[in-house]
Amino acid sequence: MQEIVQYLFSGITTGAVYAVIAVGLSMLYSSTELINFAHGEFVMIGALAMVTLWVRIGLPLPVAMTGAVAAGCLLGLVFERFAIRTARNPEPITLIIITVGASIFLKGVAMIIWGKDPFSMPSFSSHESIEIFGAALLPQSIWIVTAALVLAGGIHLFLKQTLTGKAMVACAVNKKAAWLSGIPSEKMGILAFGISAGCGAVAGIFIAPITMSSYDMGTLLGIKGFCAAMIGGLGSLWGAFAGGLLLGILESLGAGLISSGLKDAIAFVLLLLILYIRPGGLFAAKEAKRF
Amino acid sequence: MKQKHLVLAMLVTSLLILPVSGAMAANVYKIGGIFSVTGRASFLGDPEKKTMEMMVEQINAAGGIDGHMLEAVIYDSEGDPAKAVSAVNKLIHKDKVIAIIGPSTTPTTLAVVNFTKRANVPLISCAAGIKITTPVDPWVFKTAQSDLLAVAAVYQQMKAAGIKKIGILTVSNAYGESGKKQLLGQAEKFGIQVILNESFGAKDTDTTTQLAKIKAAGPDAIVCWGTNPGPAVVAKNAKQLKIDIPLYQSHGVGSPKFIELAGDAANGNILPTGKILVTSLLDDSDPQKKVLQDYQNAYENKFSGNVSGFGGYAYDAVNLLAGALKGSNGDKQKIRDNLEATKGYVGATGEFNFTPQDHNGLSPDAFVMVEIKDGIWTLLK
Repeated sequence: MQEIVQYLFSGITTGAVYAVIAVGLSMLYSSTELINFAHGEFVMIGALAMVTLWVRIGLPLPVAMTGAVAAGCLLGLVFERFAIRTARNPEPITLIIITVGASIFLKGVAMIIWGKDPFSMPSFSSHESIEIFGAALLPQSIWIVTAALVLAGGIHLFLKQTLTGKAMVACAVNKKAAWLSGIPSEKMGILAFGISAGCGAVAGIFIAPITMSSYDMGTLLGIKGFCAAMIGGLGSLWGAFAGGLLLGILESLGAGLISSGLKDAIAFVLLLLILYIRPGGLFAAKEAKRF
Repeated sequence: MKQKHLVLAMLVTSLLILPVSGAMAANVYKIGGIFSVTGRASFLGDPEKKTMEMMVEQINAAGGIDGHMLEAVIYDSEGDPAKAVSAVNKLIHKDKVIAIIGPSTTPTTLAVVNFTKRANVPLISCAAGIKITTPVDPWVFKTAQSDLLAVAAVYQQMKAAGIKKIGILTVSNAYGESGKKQLLGQAEKFGIQVILNESFGAKDTDTTTQLAKIKAAGPDAIVCWGTNPGPAVVAKNAKQLKIDIPLYQSHGVGSPKFIELAGDAANGNILPTGKILVTSLLDDSDPQKKVLQDYQNAYENKFSGNVSGFGGYAYDAVNLLAGALKGSNGDKQKIRDNLEATKGYVGATGEFNFTPQDHNGLSPDAFVMVEIKDGIWTLLK
């Protein structure tokens, strides 16, 4: 019994990591219909920038966090301006391949700046784990879950309640029509990238104390985040959040109750099953199209 | 007609030159080196290349071997088996070396052995993989310790500490799989029972599930087999779960980086490591102590940066080869025979005793067990 609670807590810790990444991916998809395979790299940049600003330079925690998020946002803007917008033929598939290329490029640049060794970072709050039913829960997991909730909630409000947010969704539905009705669609695109990259950086900052940060941490996290977003239904922020937690818990229960060697396999088989039964994801609207 | 003359002239001149250059080459022993100087495994290849150059310089300064100077031809494999193969072909056919040191990694070594075997060139690899010297090939030797010995060293220590039941947690890559095979294979010999056998991904961010499972099974100790950063995550998670049984790590984390990554959680971890990491802690009676100090001083005077166990593999390879070259007159068969007959060479890695059945020549004594206490290594007796 005690182990099962522990597996659940472990699942929530990893699941929260996936969730916070999935939220950023889902946000970009719901405002540009683009899947950014370089998203994991923004997570990595956020984490490594945090290592530099907080651990190396020794800035106060809030300042370092703001700086790392700003670095992520800025990089997202530069990425949109120089890689995405310059594409001659903006078919979705072309853009997706550009993001794959950008991910390789960013990884290489990070390797040159930070080197190949991993870095570790202390937790934001006390080290001691909290004991509930004899199982240990890390304080940092609570931080991550909170970060994911705040991000998802904030973006939800932004897209549904503000004019800029609504304009952004309009661009995703039909870029030309939005442009005709006076929405600066290019600006919306660049804004969406900035926000999404910032979300990635936030994810990196919060998960860095749990994982080790290194130049190649992003790729796998990006893929897991993508799976989480798929489980929840791409474009649904709450779906992405729930999908992340679900994937983490499935992995952990799979490893604990069946075999840790088959951990990833179990999670991916379940992913396939979910997509087979509900192709749009668990929380997507019934029809394939969201709008 | 003119062209024919030209060809003839060239042939004649080349015939005249060839014996001369051949005679000159006899004065110099050309030895080859292939190391992963750049790329992912540069932490292995870079100190190995520097060490080989330094050693050749030292040997030449002392008058060479039987009056023959050494010449080192070193190529960079970039950790890529394909590049290692092209380097080995260049060494054998173009440079015509009489022996080769390297490559640095197991995959690159396994890629080149077929070529050196066919050309009957002795090869002394600096890689750890046990497949390199099992089954033994007459022409292939290696200086790095195998997993086999690391596991034996861990089990010896456990036996002495009265540990009977263990849970193992290995990384799911070639390093972890090889470690797992040895851990499971040798357990019985030391009277140890592996009660749970779990694994984790090289990039996993959390291993508390596996650790909780092992904890619930109630072993006397946990063995984690991986290279950074995974084992640091395991150490941190074990501390978070308040696991109070000993945590053993592999020699793969034997660097200050591990202590930096795991922080407080590294304290109390026990691991096998080459002696080079703890030279100053060794007993003065340890024959390796002086060798290690000499190597360390020479290396650190010549290059910036600290000496590492990896450079030690090349140090031993060059010394073993230099010993085998004595009286060989540059004959490859003789060099090989001399190598195989090497006994009692005390090097940076350990004491080498080659036999026709053992081309690694080391014993578990090549490892010492250390415990991390307050962020520094302490020797376990």
